[in-house]
Amino acid sequence: MLDELRDLYQEVVFDHNRNPRNFRVIEDADHKIEGYNPLCGDRLTLYIKLDGDTIADISFQGQGCAISTASASLMTEIVKGKTLAEAEKLFDAFHKIVTGQSDDLKLEGLGKLAVLAGVRQYPSRIKCATLAWHSLESALKGEEKAVSTE
Amino acid sequence: MNQAAPHVTPAYPIERIRADFPALQQEVHGKPLVYLDNAASAQKPRLVIDTLAEFYAHDFANVHRGVHTLSERATVRYEGARDKVRGFLNAARVEEIVFVRGTTEAINLVAQSYGRTNLKAGDEVLITAMEHHSNIVPWQMVCRQTGAKLKVAPINDQGELILDEFEKLLGPRTKMVAVTHMSNALGTVNPVEEIIAMAHAHGAVVLLDGAQAAPHVPPVDVQALDCDFYAFSGHKLYGPTGIGVLYGKRELLEAMPPWQGGGEMIRKVTFEETEYNALPYKFEAGTPAIAEAVGLGAAIDYMDSIGHAAIVAHEQELLRYATERALEIPGLRVVGTAAHKESVLSFTLDRVHPHDIGTFLDHFGVAVRAGHHCAMPVMDFFQVPATARASFALYNTREEADQLFYAIKEIIKVFG
Repeated sequence: MLDELRDLYQEVVFDHNRNPRNFRVIEDADHKIEGYNPLCGDRLTLYIKLDGDTIADISFQGQGCAISTASASLMTEIVKGKTLAEAEKLFDAFHKIVTGQSDDLKLEGLGKLAVLAGVRQYPSRIKCATLAWHSLESALKGEEKAVSTE
Repeated sequence: MNQAAPHVTPAYPIERIRADFPALQQEVHGKPLVYLDNAASAQKPRLVIDTLAEFYAHDFANVHRGVHTLSERATVRYEGARDKVRGFLNAARVEEIVFVRGTTEAINLVAQSYGRTNLKAGDEVLITAMEHHSNIVPWQMVCRQTGAKLKVAPINDQGELILDEFEKLLGPRTKMVAVTHMSNALGTVNPVEEIIAMAHAHGAVVLLDGAQAAPHVPPVDVQALDCDFYAFSGHKLYGPTGIGVLYGKRELLEAMPPWQGGGEMIRKVTFEETEYNALPYKFEAGTPAIAEAVGLGAAIDYMDSIGHAAIVAHEQELLRYATERALEIPGLRVVGTAAHKESVLSFTLDRVHPHDIGTFLDHFGVAVRAGHHCAMPVMDFFQVPATARASFALYNTREEADQLFYAIKEIIKVFG
């Protein structure tokens, strides 16, 4: 495969695209929010179940490109079991990484999510990587209407 | 990449044509550019680029009312371009050629000027399910303003208009029919002669969106078609951005109120009363896109120099070849398989989202468009989030189609 693309399409991305984690519905979710990337047609629905201020369970459904699917899958893995405040910090860290505002890939707790840092070289794909995160942010702020990246 | 001698049809000077387009000579990610995003916009021949530069260097001034030499030269060239457009569309009169910014502005002009005046509550506007947003939204807006109803004629699984269903939707309240001459998302070329005949039989006027058709199914003969309005864009026709054309029958344009107010579109102004200018100036407020109009004239000259029939034959053969190769690939679905289609090859791959296809193809030097192509209802109909779209123009080659399919096969391997 072409070497430059490897920066973005790493094995982890392919893995999470083929077998997205937490790819299901949560019937009794506390929050259900739809995210949409009108530029390319990525669509996802995020389900969140809270236990006090901890994210007890989080899942997603939808149809999208490899980047948006992998990002959503990785996000649900890392955010499950975290408090709302911790999730907020992860959102900020992730956003800084993908928009090139930070180069610190060892940013607190990002773990495997750092693989998506490569998306900063592909400006037209940044919104794919952040779709799930914007949806999460929106849900946690109590904004239940659909999120769009536009 | 295929190293054999390029496929050449003796009558079509493909090598000379490619050399005419400077932008095609570059590399992208270290690979020769294969530009297949022509439905979005086309590259420009040296003739157009040089015309713009040379016009600004020697003949530029504001048009129409200057008494000095440069103003006269600029006016002659600007109005000369208008007459070239008249000839390109075979319109009867230059007064019927209005310069606008593009197809979108042309349609908005008709919706707001003709539509606002002639549509009443309960009247109907009929469009089709394959339209580009620019031939949907202006009608939604004017229907909301007037209380008219928007009706949509359905398409079939091949992406063709179902003519019987279209006819059934025509009625005594139908005032406006707005249809694409050629679909940007599917490539479908509509049976516009029949559509116009049916619409006229019901007393409706017809607007044709010619953004794709003008470059890919020339010649467009507005008198033979008898359409009431025709719109197209310069930038898809190998011309500059920022310039487009609205053709309208003289009687209709005469009766329509102005679209934008200001200088140029008036004959006399007092604070008590203002008299509007004659056609087409009534619809051309402000200083026009002078150089761009002249550039559009040069683009028309360029197409004429190759010959419309030759261009169509070349693009048809390319599409036929590309479609044949596409159908050999397991997991590839062609979206839009109309019996009569041109230029456009929209497709999906089973295991790869169009956005990923687009990014990967870019790394092979191949430029396509991935997304909804400003035709979300079409995507919904075919139940896909998006498609990847390759679209062929007069400078594309069989070898480029080969590179596209080589890249697609590599993508399938990687995502496998």
